[in-house]
Amino acid sequence: MLHMTKTQSAECSRVRQATVPVTSDVDIVLARQRGRELASEAEFTAVESTFIATAISELGRNILQHAGEGEVSIRIEKQEDGTVLIVVARDHGPGIPNVNRALQDGFSTSGGLGLGLPGVRRLMDEFEIVSHRNHGTTVIAKKWARGCTIGRLGRTARASFERRDGAAGRKFAAVGSATR
Amino acid sequence: MQVPILKQGPYLIASVQAALRDADLIALRNALTEQVGTYRSRGVIVDVTAMDVLDSFACRTLSEIASMIRLRGAQTVIVGIQPEVAFSMVQLGLKLEGVATVLDLEEGLKYMERRTKRMDHGRYGK
Repeated sequence: MLHMTKTQSAECSRVRQATVPVTSDVDIVLARQRGRELASEAEFTAVESTFIATAISELGRNILQHAGEGEVSIRIEKQEDGTVLIVVARDHGPGIPNVNRALQDGFSTSGGLGLGLPGVRRLMDEFEIVSHRNHGTTVIAKKWARGCTIGRLGRTARASFERRDGAAGRKFAAVGSATR
Repeated sequence: MQVPILKQGPYLIASVQAALRDADLIALRNALTEQVGTYRSRGVIVDVTAMDVLDSFACRTLSEIASMIRLRGAQTVIVGIQPEVAFSMVQLGLKLEGVATVLDLEEGLKYMERRTKRMDHGRYGK
């Protein structure tokens, strides 16, 4: 058991990553499966892995619906303050005219439920979106392993976080600026 | 990956075996709506135990299945949503409202028996 833990942490110290080009609905499945694999190989719980896979699925479908094609890259980084999985969904489509509106629940231009982007934001710990008209959209979403979440500080669209270990457990401090 | 649809007495059981693409979900929806008439089925059980992700598209399609089957005069129940999947769905804001869900296939069959018995009672009087 001890030995296994050691092997696992050795695995995590390596940067693991995958890039999946998204051009059809098969790629959405492929991307979320790769995401789940990477998450499970690292120290993510079953719930966290499912959150990640679901978020990737939504991001992949966004690419397909709005841009037609793009790519999803997933990488695991072992940082000093924990393991983080980073999803980058990139397309060169028309861009999102109003990012704030796209982040509202129930807003949809595609006839969907309009839960895609706001949902991804709730599933992940950190969320950032950059969109330029006619140049495409990039969404960066991060999830920290084993509950190193920012949930207790409230969700922010654009924030980076610094973790410190306090005597009373983990303490989180925001160092980024929140847009909400 | 096509979803096998089994005929079990007056019910159809669609048992998802692996991850589904969007096109597979649409095909399943269409096949169930069709076959419920072909076999004059009273109910449809969709077993999603093997689905590790139920995203907004999958949920929308499941809702559509339930609505379409209802319009065809039969009942639908979704069985086997895994705990992690349920957690993700709630985070995503997907409630699958108006769609019957029960724990597993066994409960699904019991549910169907209750529902269709009540329907028969209502339909044919005392």
